[in-house]
Amino acid sequence: MTKVDILIVGAGPAGMSAAIEARRHGASVLLLDENAAPGGQVHRAAKPDAVGPGAAQSREGAALMAALRASGAGLHSGAVLWAIEPGPRAFVLQDHAVHEVDAGRVILASGATERALPIPGWTLPGVMGVGAAQILLKSAGLRPRGRVWIAGQGPLIWLYAAQALARGGEIAGIVDMSRITPHALLRLPRALTAPGYLLRGLAWMRAVRQRVPVFRTRDVVVEGDGRLERIHVGGQIHTADTLLLHDGVVPNTQVTRAIQGCEHRWNAAQRAWEPVLDDWGNTLIPGILVAGDGGGIGGAAAASLSGRIAALEAVRALGHLGGAQRDALAAPLMRRRRAELAPRGFLDALFVPLPMPVDEVTLCRCEEVTAGSVRAAAGLGCLGTNQLKAFTRAGMGLCQGRICGPLLHATLAEARGVPGGDVDPLRTRFPTKPLSLGELATLAPSASAASASGKG
Amino acid sequence: MFERVEPPDCTITWQDREIPARAGESLAAALLAAGINRVRVTGMSGAPRGPFCMMGVCFDCLVTVEGEGARQACMVPVVAGMRASP
Repeated sequence: MTKVDILIVGAGPAGMSAAIEARRHGASVLLLDENAAPGGQVHRAAKPDAVGPGAAQSREGAALMAALRASGAGLHSGAVLWAIEPGPRAFVLQDHAVHEVDAGRVILASGATERALPIPGWTLPGVMGVGAAQILLKSAGLRPRGRVWIAGQGPLIWLYAAQALARGGEIAGIVDMSRITPHALLRLPRALTAPGYLLRGLAWMRAVRQRVPVFRTRDVVVEGDGRLERIHVGGQIHTADTLLLHDGVVPNTQVTRAIQGCEHRWNAAQRAWEPVLDDWGNTLIPGILVAGDGGGIGGAAAASLSGRIAALEAVRALGHLGGAQRDALAAPLMRRRRAELAPRGFLDALFVPLPMPVDEVTLCRCEEVTAGSVRAAAGLGCLGTNQLKAFTRAGMGLCQGRICGPLLHATLAEARGVPGGDVDPLRTRFPTKPLSLGELATLAPSASAASASGKG
Repeated sequence: MFERVEPPDCTITWQDREIPARAGESLAAALLAAGINRVRVTGMSGAPRGPFCMMGVCFDCLVTVEGEGARQACMVPVVAGMRASP
Protein backbone atom coordinates (compact mmCIF):
# COMPACT_ATOMS: atom_id res chain seq x y z
CA MET A 1 0.00 0.00 0.00
CA THR A 2 1.34 3.38 -1.02
CA LYS A 3 0.03 6.59 0.53
CA VAL A 4 0.36 9.84 -1.33
CA ASP A 5 -1.24 13.29 -1.20
CA ILE A 6 -2.06 13.45 -4.89
CA LEU A 7 -2.19 10.63 -7.41
CA ILE A 8 -2.17 11.82 -11.01
CA VAL A 9 -3.06 9.42 -13.83
CA GLY A 10 -1.69 10.25 -17.27
CA ALA A 11 1.62 12.05 -17.94
CA GLY A 12 0.55 14.23 -20.86
CA PRO A 13 0.43 18.04 -20.70
CA ALA A 14 -2.36 18.10 -18.07
CA GLY A 15 -0.86 15.44 -15.81
CA MET A 16 2.71 16.73 -15.98
CA SER A 17 1.57 20.32 -15.32
CA ALA A 18 -0.59 19.18 -12.40
CA ALA A 19 2.34 17.28 -10.87
CA ILE A 20 4.71 20.24 -11.17
CA GLU A 21 2.16 22.66 -9.67
CA ALA A 22 1.24 20.35 -6.78
CA ARG A 23 4.90 19.82 -5.87
CA ARG A 24 5.42 23.60 -5.83
CA HIS A 25 3.02 23.73 -2.87
CA GLY A 26 4.60 20.88 -0.95
CA ALA A 27 2.19 18.01 -1.68
CA SER A 28 3.59 14.53 -2.29
CA VAL A 29 2.77 13.43 -5.83
CA LEU A 30 2.72 10.13 -7.69
CA LEU A 31 2.27 10.37 -11.47
CA LEU A 32 1.35 7.23 -13.41
CA ASP A 33 1.44 6.62 -17.13
CA GLU A 34 0.73 3.55 -19.19
CA ASN A 35 3.44 4.41 -21.72
CA ALA A 36 7.16 3.74 -21.40
CA ALA A 37 7.95 7.45 -21.09
CA PRO A 38 6.09 10.62 -20.06
CA GLY A 39 4.73 13.14 -22.56
CA GLY A 40 1.36 11.70 -23.51
CA GLN A 41 0.40 11.64 -27.16
CA VAL A 42 1.11 15.30 -27.94
CA HIS A 43 4.50 15.52 -26.21
CA ARG A 44 5.61 11.99 -27.08
CA ALA A 45 9.40 12.00 -27.54
CA ALA A 46 9.39 15.82 -27.33
CA LYS A 47 12.79 17.43 -27.91
CA PRO A 48 14.17 20.73 -26.56
CA ASP A 49 15.85 21.44 -29.93
CA ALA A 50 12.91 20.48 -32.18
CA VAL A 51 12.61 22.21 -35.57
CA GLY A 52 9.94 22.12 -38.29
CA PRO A 53 6.14 21.78 -38.05
CA GLY A 54 4.91 21.39 -34.47
CA ALA A 55 8.36 22.34 -33.09
CA ALA A 56 7.07 24.96 -30.64
CA GLN A 57 4.82 22.35 -29.04
CA SER A 58 7.66 19.82 -28.91
CA ARG A 59 9.89 22.35 -27.13
CA GLU A 60 7.08 23.08 -24.63
CA GLY A 61 6.78 19.35 -23.99
CA ALA A 62 10.51 18.98 -23.42
CA ALA A 63 10.42 21.90 -20.96
CA LEU A 64 7.54 20.28 -19.07
CA MET A 65 9.44 16.98 -18.84
CA ALA A 66 12.53 18.77 -17.50
CA ALA A 67 10.41 20.61 -14.91
CA LEU A 68 8.72 17.34 -13.95
CA ARG A 69 12.09 15.62 -13.38
CA ALA A 70 13.21 18.54 -11.19
CA SER A 71 9.91 18.68 -9.27
CA GLY A 72 10.42 15.67 -7.02
CA ALA A 73 7.17 14.04 -8.17
CA GLY A 74 7.28 10.25 -8.31
CA LEU A 75 6.88 9.02 -11.90
CA HIS A 76 5.82 5.45 -12.65
CA SER A 77 5.91 4.63 -16.36
CA GLY A 78 4.39 1.45 -17.73
CA ALA A 79 1.78 1.65 -14.93
CA VAL A 80 -1.91 1.10 -15.68
CA LEU A 81 -4.76 2.32 -13.48
CA TRP A 82 -7.44 -0.36 -13.64
CA ALA A 83 -9.84 0.57 -10.83
CA ILE A 84 -10.73 3.33 -8.38
CA GLU A 85 -12.71 2.80 -5.18
CA PRO A 86 -14.13 5.40 -2.82
CA GLY A 87 -11.42 6.86 -0.61
CA PRO A 88 -10.12 7.42 -3.19
CA ARG A 89 -8.11 4.23 -3.47
CA ALA A 90 -6.53 3.33 -6.82
CA PHE A 91 -5.49 -0.07 -8.14
CA VAL A 92 -2.49 0.00 -10.42
CA LEU A 93 -0.92 -2.73 -12.54
CA GLN A 94 2.83 -2.49 -13.06
CA ASP A 95 5.36 -5.21 -13.90
CA HIS A 96 2.68 -7.91 -13.55
CA ALA A 97 1.87 -6.91 -9.97
CA VAL A 98 -1.03 -4.92 -8.53
CA HIS A 99 -0.31 -1.98 -6.25
CA GLU A 100 -2.85 -0.14 -4.12
CA VAL A 101 -2.51 3.60 -3.75
CA ASP A 102 -4.41 5.60 -1.13
CA ALA A 103 -4.51 9.22 -2.22
CA GLY A 104 -5.87 12.39 -0.68
CA ARG A 105 -6.89 13.47 -4.16
CA VAL A 106 -6.83 11.76 -7.57
CA ILE A 107 -6.44 13.83 -10.72
CA LEU A 108 -7.38 11.89 -13.85
CA ALA A 109 -5.61 13.23 -16.93
CA SER A 110 -6.44 10.51 -19.41
CA GLY A 111 -6.43 12.69 -22.53
CA ALA A 112 -8.17 11.96 -25.79
CA THR A 113 -8.46 9.18 -28.33
CA GLU A 114 -9.06 9.48 -32.08
CA ARG A 115 -12.71 9.43 -33.12
CA ALA A 116 -12.94 6.48 -35.49
CA LEU A 117 -13.97 7.14 -39.09
CA PRO A 118 -15.81 4.05 -40.33
CA ILE A 119 -15.73 3.81 -44.12
CA PRO A 120 -16.25 0.71 -46.27
CA GLY A 121 -13.25 -1.62 -45.78
CA TRP A 122 -11.74 0.24 -42.80
CA THR A 123 -11.04 -2.94 -40.82
CA LEU A 124 -8.48 -4.23 -43.37
CA PRO A 125 -4.82 -4.31 -42.29
CA GLY A 126 -3.11 -1.25 -43.72
CA VAL A 127 -5.84 1.12 -42.54
CA MET A 128 -4.83 3.06 -39.41
CA GLY A 129 -5.41 6.37 -37.65
CA VAL A 130 -3.54 9.54 -38.54
CA GLY A 131 -2.77 9.84 -34.82
CA ALA A 132 -1.39 6.29 -34.94
CA ALA A 133 0.96 7.26 -37.77
CA GLN A 134 2.03 10.35 -35.86
CA ILE A 135 2.92 8.14 -32.89
CA LEU A 136 5.02 5.98 -35.27
CA LEU A 137 6.77 9.10 -36.57
CA LYS A 138 7.43 10.63 -33.13
CA SER A 139 8.27 7.58 -31.07
CA ALA A 140 9.86 5.19 -33.59
CA GLY A 141 11.00 7.51 -36.38
CA LEU A 142 8.87 5.71 -39.00
CA ARG A 143 7.96 7.92 -41.95
CA PRO A 144 5.35 7.11 -44.61
CA ARG A 145 6.77 5.64 -47.82
CA GLY A 146 5.09 4.38 -50.97
CA ARG A 147 1.34 4.46 -51.58
CA VAL A 148 0.27 6.10 -48.33
CA TRP A 149 -3.04 7.97 -48.40
CA ILE A 150 -4.79 10.13 -45.80
CA ALA A 151 -8.58 10.70 -45.56
CA GLY A 152 -10.85 12.54 -43.15
CA GLN A 153 -10.85 15.97 -41.56
CA GLY A 154 -9.25 18.04 -38.85
CA PRO A 155 -6.02 19.89 -38.04
CA LEU A 156 -4.06 16.73 -37.18
CA ILE A 157 -4.18 15.62 -40.84
CA TRP A 158 -2.26 18.70 -41.94
CA LEU A 159 0.11 18.71 -38.98
CA TYR A 160 1.01 15.03 -39.51
CA ALA A 161 1.42 15.46 -43.28
CA ALA A 162 3.66 18.51 -42.78
CA GLN A 163 5.74 16.67 -40.14
CA ALA A 164 6.03 13.54 -42.29
CA LEU A 165 7.12 15.49 -45.39
CA ALA A 166 9.62 17.51 -43.35
CA ARG A 167 11.22 14.21 -42.26
CA GLY A 168 11.48 12.95 -45.84
CA GLY A 169 8.22 10.99 -45.93
CA GLU A 170 5.98 10.48 -48.96
CA ILE A 171 2.20 10.88 -49.12
CA ALA A 172 0.38 9.82 -52.29
CA GLY A 173 -2.77 11.87 -51.68
CA ILE A 174 -5.05 13.47 -49.12
CA VAL A 175 -8.84 13.24 -49.23
CA ASP A 176 -10.20 16.27 -47.37
CA MET A 177 -13.72 15.36 -46.22
CA SER A 178 -14.44 18.65 -44.41
CA ARG A 179 -17.09 21.17 -45.52
CA ILE A 180 -17.11 24.84 -44.64
CA THR A 181 -20.58 25.80 -43.40
CA PRO A 182 -22.25 29.11 -42.46
CA HIS A 183 -22.55 27.66 -38.96
CA ALA A 184 -18.74 27.49 -38.77
CA LEU A 185 -18.17 30.91 -40.36
CA LEU A 186 -20.35 32.54 -37.69
CA ARG A 187 -17.81 31.34 -35.12
CA LEU A 188 -14.77 32.57 -37.03
CA PRO A 189 -14.61 36.10 -35.47
CA ARG A 190 -14.20 34.72 -31.95
CA ALA A 191 -11.54 32.30 -33.21
CA LEU A 192 -9.64 35.24 -34.69
CA THR A 193 -9.15 36.69 -31.21
CA ALA A 194 -6.50 33.98 -30.84
CA PRO A 195 -5.24 33.71 -34.42
CA GLY A 196 -2.12 31.65 -33.64
CA TYR A 197 -3.86 28.31 -34.02
CA LEU A 198 -5.50 29.16 -37.33
CA LEU A 199 -2.34 30.69 -38.81
CA ARG A 200 -0.30 27.62 -37.87
CA GLY A 201 -2.92 25.37 -39.42
CA LEU A 202 -3.00 27.38 -42.63
CA ALA A 203 0.81 27.24 -42.84
CA TRP A 204 0.76 23.42 -42.53
CA MET A 205 -1.94 23.20 -45.22
CA ARG A 206 0.01 25.45 -47.60
CA ALA A 207 3.22 23.45 -47.15
CA VAL A 208 1.44 20.15 -47.74
CA ARG A 209 -0.64 21.28 -50.74
CA GLN A 210 2.53 22.25 -52.63
CA ARG A 211 3.66 18.62 -52.63
CA VAL A 212 0.61 16.38 -52.20
CA PRO A 213 -2.53 16.19 -54.38
CA VAL A 214 -5.65 17.00 -52.34
CA PHE A 215 -9.10 15.65 -53.27
CA ARG A 216 -12.36 16.98 -51.85
CA THR A 217 -14.99 14.27 -51.54
CA ARG A 218 -16.66 12.14 -48.88
CA ASP A 219 -16.78 9.11 -51.17
CA VAL A 220 -13.88 6.90 -50.04
CA VAL A 221 -13.97 3.08 -50.20
CA VAL A 222 -11.20 0.65 -49.18
CA GLU A 223 -10.68 -2.64 -51.02
CA GLY A 224 -8.25 -5.52 -50.87
CA ASP A 225 -7.84 -9.25 -50.42
CA GLY A 226 -6.81 -9.70 -46.79
CA ARG A 227 -5.20 -6.27 -46.65
CA LEU A 228 -5.61 -2.79 -48.12
CA GLU A 229 -4.71 -2.79 -51.83
CA ARG A 230 -6.85 -0.09 -53.48
CA ILE A 231 -8.91 2.90 -52.50
CA HIS A 232 -11.75 4.45 -54.49
CA VAL A 233 -11.77 8.23 -54.17
CA GLY A 234 -14.80 9.89 -55.72
CA GLY A 235 -15.12 6.95 -58.11
CA GLN A 236 -11.44 6.93 -59.17
CA ILE A 237 -9.32 3.92 -58.23
CA HIS A 238 -5.82 4.35 -56.73
CA THR A 239 -3.40 1.65 -55.58
CA ALA A 240 -2.62 2.05 -51.88
CA ASP A 241 -0.84 0.07 -49.16
CA THR A 242 -1.65 2.37 -46.25
CA LEU A 243 -4.64 4.60 -45.52
CA LEU A 244 -4.64 6.91 -42.51
CA LEU A 245 -8.07 8.03 -41.29
CA HIS A 246 -8.96 10.89 -38.94
CA ASP A 247 -12.12 12.58 -37.70
CA GLY A 248 -10.92 14.55 -34.70
CA VAL A 249 -10.57 13.33 -31.13
CA VAL A 250 -12.91 12.54 -28.23
CA PRO A 251 -12.31 12.64 -24.45
CA ASN A 252 -11.05 9.36 -23.01
CA THR A 253 -13.68 8.78 -20.30
CA GLN A 254 -13.10 5.05 -19.89
CA VAL A 255 -12.29 5.46 -16.17
CA THR A 256 -14.77 8.19 -15.18
CA ARG A 257 -17.72 6.35 -16.78
CA ALA A 258 -16.94 3.33 -14.60
CA ILE A 259 -17.17 5.34 -11.35
CA GLN A 260 -20.64 5.08 -9.88
CA GLY A 261 -22.23 8.49 -9.44
CA CYS A 262 -19.67 10.27 -11.61
CA GLU A 263 -22.16 11.98 -13.92
CA HIS A 264 -21.39 12.78 -17.55
CA ARG A 265 -22.97 15.33 -19.86
CA TRP A 266 -23.42 15.45 -23.61
CA ASN A 267 -21.34 18.16 -25.25
CA ALA A 268 -23.50 18.96 -28.28
CA ALA A 269 -20.86 21.17 -29.94
CA GLN A 270 -18.16 18.50 -29.71
CA ARG A 271 -20.61 15.59 -30.09
CA ALA A 272 -19.08 13.73 -27.18
CA TRP A 273 -19.79 12.74 -23.57
CA GLU A 274 -17.64 14.34 -20.90
CA PRO A 275 -17.61 14.18 -17.08
CA VAL A 276 -19.56 16.88 -15.24
CA LEU A 277 -16.87 19.18 -13.78
CA ASP A 278 -16.74 22.51 -11.99
CA ASP A 279 -14.21 25.21 -13.02
CA TRP A 280 -11.54 23.51 -10.89
CA GLY A 281 -11.98 20.07 -12.43
CA ASN A 282 -13.86 18.49 -9.48
CA THR A 283 -16.12 15.62 -10.57
CA LEU A 284 -19.26 14.88 -8.56
CA ILE A 285 -17.25 12.26 -6.64
CA PRO A 286 -15.38 13.68 -3.62
CA GLY A 287 -11.62 13.50 -4.08
CA ILE A 288 -11.62 12.80 -7.82
CA LEU A 289 -10.75 15.52 -10.32
CA VAL A 290 -10.30 15.52 -14.10
CA ALA A 291 -7.87 17.72 -16.03
CA GLY A 292 -7.17 18.12 -19.73
CA ASP A 293 -8.83 16.63 -22.79
CA GLY A 294 -10.36 13.77 -20.74
CA GLY A 295 -12.81 16.40 -19.46
CA GLY A 296 -13.57 17.93 -22.87
CA ILE A 297 -11.41 18.65 -25.90
CA GLY A 298 -9.40 21.86 -25.58
CA GLY A 299 -5.93 21.01 -26.88
CA ALA A 300 -2.53 20.76 -25.21
CA ALA A 301 -2.15 24.35 -24.00
CA ALA A 302 -5.58 24.41 -22.34
CA ALA A 303 -4.91 20.95 -20.89
CA SER A 304 -1.70 22.15 -19.30
CA LEU A 305 -3.55 25.08 -17.67
CA SER A 306 -6.37 22.77 -16.49
CA GLY A 307 -3.75 20.54 -14.89
CA ARG A 308 -2.33 23.46 -12.90
CA ILE A 309 -5.82 24.64 -11.89
CA ALA A 310 -6.83 21.16 -10.71
CA ALA A 311 -3.57 20.87 -8.75
CA LEU A 312 -4.22 24.19 -6.98
CA GLU A 313 -7.68 22.96 -5.97
CA ALA A 314 -6.27 19.62 -4.80
CA VAL A 315 -3.54 21.20 -2.64
CA ARG A 316 -6.13 23.59 -1.18
CA ALA A 317 -8.43 20.69 -0.31
CA LEU A 318 -5.52 18.95 1.44
CA GLY A 319 -4.63 22.05 3.46
CA HIS A 320 -1.39 23.01 1.70
CA LEU A 321 -2.86 26.27 0.44
CA GLY A 322 -5.55 28.71 1.61
CA GLY A 323 -8.68 29.33 -0.44
CA ALA A 324 -7.74 32.97 -1.13
CA GLN A 325 -4.23 31.94 -2.22
CA ARG A 326 -5.68 29.33 -4.52
CA ASP A 327 -8.02 31.88 -6.08
CA ALA A 328 -5.24 34.43 -6.58
CA LEU A 329 -2.93 31.88 -8.22
CA ALA A 330 -5.67 30.40 -10.39
CA ALA A 331 -7.16 33.65 -11.72
CA PRO A 332 -4.51 34.29 -14.40
CA LEU A 333 -4.51 30.59 -15.34
CA MET A 334 -8.28 30.63 -15.85
CA ARG A 335 -7.99 33.78 -18.00
CA ARG A 336 -5.34 32.12 -20.16
CA ARG A 337 -7.45 29.00 -20.42
CA ARG A 338 -10.43 31.01 -21.71
CA ALA A 339 -8.14 32.61 -24.32
CA GLU A 340 -6.75 29.21 -25.40
CA LEU A 341 -10.30 27.92 -25.88
CA ALA A 342 -11.31 30.85 -28.13
CA PRO A 343 -10.83 29.00 -31.46
CA ARG A 344 -12.65 25.89 -30.20
CA GLY A 345 -16.19 26.90 -31.25
CA PHE A 346 -15.03 27.50 -34.81
CA LEU A 347 -13.06 24.23 -34.99
CA ASP A 348 -15.94 22.24 -33.47
CA ALA A 349 -18.41 23.73 -35.98
CA LEU A 350 -16.01 23.32 -38.93
CA PHE A 351 -15.20 19.69 -38.14
CA VAL A 352 -18.60 18.31 -37.13
CA PRO A 353 -18.12 14.52 -37.03
CA LEU A 354 -18.71 12.87 -40.40
CA PRO A 355 -22.01 11.03 -41.05
CA MET A 356 -22.29 7.34 -40.19
CA PRO A 357 -21.74 4.96 -43.12
CA VAL A 358 -24.03 2.70 -45.17
CA ASP A 359 -25.50 -0.45 -43.58
CA GLU A 360 -22.78 -2.87 -44.75
CA VAL A 361 -19.95 -1.11 -42.91
CA THR A 362 -18.65 -2.53 -39.60
CA LEU A 363 -18.97 -0.17 -36.62
CA CYS A 364 -17.88 -2.47 -33.78
CA ARG A 365 -14.55 -3.89 -34.97
CA CYS A 366 -14.24 -6.41 -32.12
CA GLU A 367 -17.68 -8.06 -32.32
CA GLU A 368 -17.94 -7.23 -36.05
CA VAL A 369 -21.34 -5.53 -35.84
CA THR A 370 -22.44 -3.47 -38.85
CA ALA A 371 -24.21 -0.12 -39.02
CA GLY A 372 -27.18 -1.98 -40.51
CA SER A 373 -27.47 -4.22 -37.43
CA VAL A 374 -27.45 -1.19 -35.16
CA ARG A 375 -30.17 0.49 -37.24
CA ALA A 376 -32.21 -2.73 -37.23
CA ALA A 377 -31.95 -2.83 -33.42
CA ALA A 378 -33.15 0.78 -33.26
CA GLY A 379 -36.10 -0.27 -35.44
CA LEU A 380 -36.93 -2.98 -32.91
CA GLY A 381 -37.07 -0.39 -30.13
CA CYS A 382 -33.49 -0.30 -28.85
CA LEU A 383 -33.08 3.10 -27.16
CA GLY A 384 -29.45 3.32 -26.11
CA THR A 385 -25.96 1.89 -26.37
CA ASN A 386 -26.26 -0.26 -23.24
CA GLN A 387 -29.45 -1.93 -24.51
CA LEU A 388 -27.68 -2.37 -27.84
CA LYS A 389 -25.25 -4.81 -26.21
CA ALA A 390 -28.10 -7.24 -25.58
CA PHE A 391 -29.39 -6.78 -29.14
CA THR A 392 -26.08 -7.09 -31.02
CA ARG A 393 -23.05 -7.55 -28.68
CA ALA A 394 -21.72 -4.25 -30.09
CA GLY A 395 -19.34 -2.63 -27.60
CA MET A 396 -18.75 -5.86 -25.66
CA GLY A 397 -15.54 -7.00 -27.33
CA LEU A 398 -11.84 -6.68 -26.66
CA CYS A 399 -11.68 -2.88 -26.76
CA GLN A 400 -14.74 -2.49 -24.48
CA GLY A 401 -16.32 0.13 -26.72
CA ARG A 402 -13.30 2.43 -26.87
CA ILE A 403 -13.40 2.60 -30.67
CA CYS A 404 -17.06 1.94 -31.49
CA GLY A 405 -18.72 3.76 -28.55
CA PRO A 406 -19.09 7.16 -30.28
CA LEU A 407 -20.10 5.43 -33.55
CA LEU A 408 -22.84 3.30 -31.96
CA HIS A 409 -24.08 6.37 -30.13
CA ALA A 410 -24.22 8.53 -33.29
CA THR A 411 -25.92 5.78 -35.31
CA LEU A 412 -28.61 5.21 -32.66
CA ALA A 413 -29.28 8.94 -32.22
CA GLU A 414 -29.60 9.34 -35.99
CA ALA A 415 -31.84 6.27 -36.37
CA ARG A 416 -34.10 7.39 -33.52
CA GLY A 417 -34.11 11.00 -34.71
CA VAL A 418 -33.19 12.36 -31.27
CA PRO A 419 -30.39 14.61 -29.97
CA GLY A 420 -27.22 12.86 -28.78
CA GLY A 421 -27.98 13.70 -25.16
CA ASP A 422 -31.05 11.45 -25.32
CA VAL A 423 -28.97 8.33 -26.06
CA ASP A 424 -26.99 6.97 -23.12
CA PRO A 425 -23.22 6.41 -23.42
CA LEU A 426 -21.75 2.92 -22.91
CA ARG A 427 -21.28 2.19 -19.21
CA THR A 428 -17.77 0.95 -18.53
CA ARG A 429 -16.67 -1.49 -15.84
CA PHE A 430 -13.50 -2.02 -13.86
CA PRO A 431 -10.99 -3.42 -14.64
CA THR A 432 -10.39 -0.62 -17.12
CA LYS A 433 -7.64 -2.66 -18.76
CA PRO A 434 -7.39 -6.45 -18.75
CA LEU A 435 -5.28 -8.10 -16.10
CA SER A 436 -4.56 -11.79 -15.55
CA LEU A 437 -5.77 -13.78 -12.54
CA GLY A 438 -2.14 -14.21 -11.54
CA GLU A 439 -1.70 -10.44 -11.55
CA LEU A 440 -4.93 -9.99 -9.59
CA ALA A 441 -3.72 -12.54 -7.03
CA THR A 442 -0.74 -10.34 -6.16
CA LEU A 443 -3.29 -8.17 -4.31
CA ALA A 444 -3.71 -10.71 -1.50
CA PRO A 445 -1.49 -9.71 1.45
CA SER A 446 -0.37 -13.32 1.98
CA ALA A 447 0.49 -13.68 -1.70
CA SER A 448 2.79 -10.66 -1.66
CA ALA A 449 4.54 -11.95 1.48
CA ALA A 450 4.86 -15.44 -0.03
CA SER A 451 6.23 -14.20 -3.33
CA ALA A 452 8.70 -11.93 -1.52
CA SER A 453 10.07 -14.84 0.51
CA GLY A 454 9.70 -17.38 -2.28
CA LYS A 455 11.60 -15.36 -4.84
CA GLY A 456 14.18 -14.00 -2.39
CA MET B 1 4.03 1.45 -45.71
CA PHE B 2 6.59 2.98 -43.40
CA GLU B 3 10.38 3.25 -43.43
CA ARG B 4 12.87 4.00 -40.73
CA VAL B 5 14.60 7.36 -40.42
CA GLU B 6 17.15 5.85 -38.00
CA PRO B 7 18.85 2.46 -38.63
CA PRO B 8 17.81 -0.57 -36.54
CA ASP B 9 20.05 -1.60 -33.63
CA CYS B 10 18.86 -5.13 -32.83
CA THR B 11 16.75 -8.01 -34.12
CA ILE B 12 13.63 -9.73 -32.84
CA THR B 13 11.84 -12.87 -34.00
CA TRP B 14 8.33 -12.73 -35.44
CA GLN B 15 7.00 -16.29 -35.93
CA ASP B 16 10.12 -17.89 -37.45
CA ARG B 17 11.42 -14.78 -39.13
CA GLU B 18 14.16 -12.53 -37.80
CA ILE B 19 13.34 -8.84 -38.30
CA PRO B 20 15.35 -5.69 -37.56
CA ALA B 21 14.17 -3.45 -34.71
CA ARG B 22 15.25 -0.69 -32.35
CA ALA B 23 15.30 -1.40 -28.63
CA GLY B 24 12.64 0.60 -26.80
CA GLU B 25 10.33 1.19 -29.76
CA SER B 26 6.98 -0.58 -29.64
CA LEU B 27 6.72 -4.10 -31.00
CA ALA B 28 3.96 -2.89 -33.36
CA ALA B 29 6.30 -0.23 -34.75
CA ALA B 30 8.99 -2.86 -35.40
CA LEU B 31 6.50 -5.08 -37.21
CA LEU B 32 5.20 -2.21 -39.37
CA ALA B 33 8.76 -1.11 -40.20
CA ALA B 34 9.37 -4.67 -41.44
CA GLY B 35 6.30 -4.46 -43.68
CA ILE B 36 4.15 -6.68 -41.43
CA ASN B 37 0.68 -5.16 -41.00
CA ARG B 38 -1.35 -8.35 -40.43
CA VAL B 39 -0.80 -9.71 -36.93
CA ARG B 40 -3.90 -11.73 -36.05
CA VAL B 41 -7.36 -12.85 -37.17
CA THR B 42 -10.60 -12.05 -35.36
CA GLY B 43 -12.34 -14.64 -33.22
CA MET B 44 -15.69 -13.88 -34.81
CA SER B 45 -15.11 -14.24 -38.57
CA GLY B 46 -11.40 -14.93 -38.95
CA ALA B 47 -10.87 -11.53 -40.59
CA PRO B 48 -7.24 -10.35 -40.67
CA ARG B 49 -6.28 -7.40 -38.46
CA GLY B 50 -3.23 -5.26 -37.81
CA PRO B 51 -2.11 -2.34 -35.69
CA PHE B 52 -4.72 0.44 -35.90
CA CYS B 53 -4.54 3.00 -33.04
CA MET B 54 -0.93 2.57 -31.78
CA MET B 55 -1.95 3.83 -28.31
CA GLY B 56 -3.40 0.85 -26.48
CA VAL B 57 -7.03 1.59 -27.30
CA CYS B 58 -8.25 -0.65 -30.14
CA PHE B 59 -6.87 -4.09 -29.10
CA ASP B 60 -6.47 -5.00 -32.79
CA CYS B 61 -2.70 -5.65 -32.48
CA LEU B 62 -2.96 -8.44 -29.86
CA VAL B 63 -0.05 -10.88 -30.18
CA THR B 64 1.83 -13.45 -28.13
CA VAL B 65 5.08 -12.14 -26.60
CA GLU B 66 7.55 -14.55 -24.99
CA GLY B 67 4.76 -17.09 -24.58
CA GLU B 68 2.30 -14.65 -22.98
CA GLY B 69 -0.86 -14.23 -25.07
CA ALA B 70 -3.07 -11.22 -25.78
CA ARG B 71 -0.41 -8.53 -25.39
CA GLN B 72 -0.98 -5.20 -27.10
CA ALA B 73 1.95 -4.99 -29.55
CA CYS B 74 1.71 -1.19 -29.57
CA MET B 75 2.31 -1.06 -25.79
CA VAL B 76 5.14 -3.62 -25.54
CA PRO B 77 8.63 -2.07 -25.80
CA VAL B 78 11.09 -4.03 -27.95
CA VAL B 79 13.93 -5.82 -26.19
CA ALA B 80 16.76 -7.28 -28.30
CA GLY B 81 16.06 -10.92 -29.11
CA MET B 82 12.35 -10.70 -28.19
CA ARG B 83 10.18 -13.50 -29.61
CA ALA B 84 6.61 -12.80 -30.70
CA SER B 85 3.95 -14.47 -32.82
CA PRO B 86 0.29 -14.07 -33.80
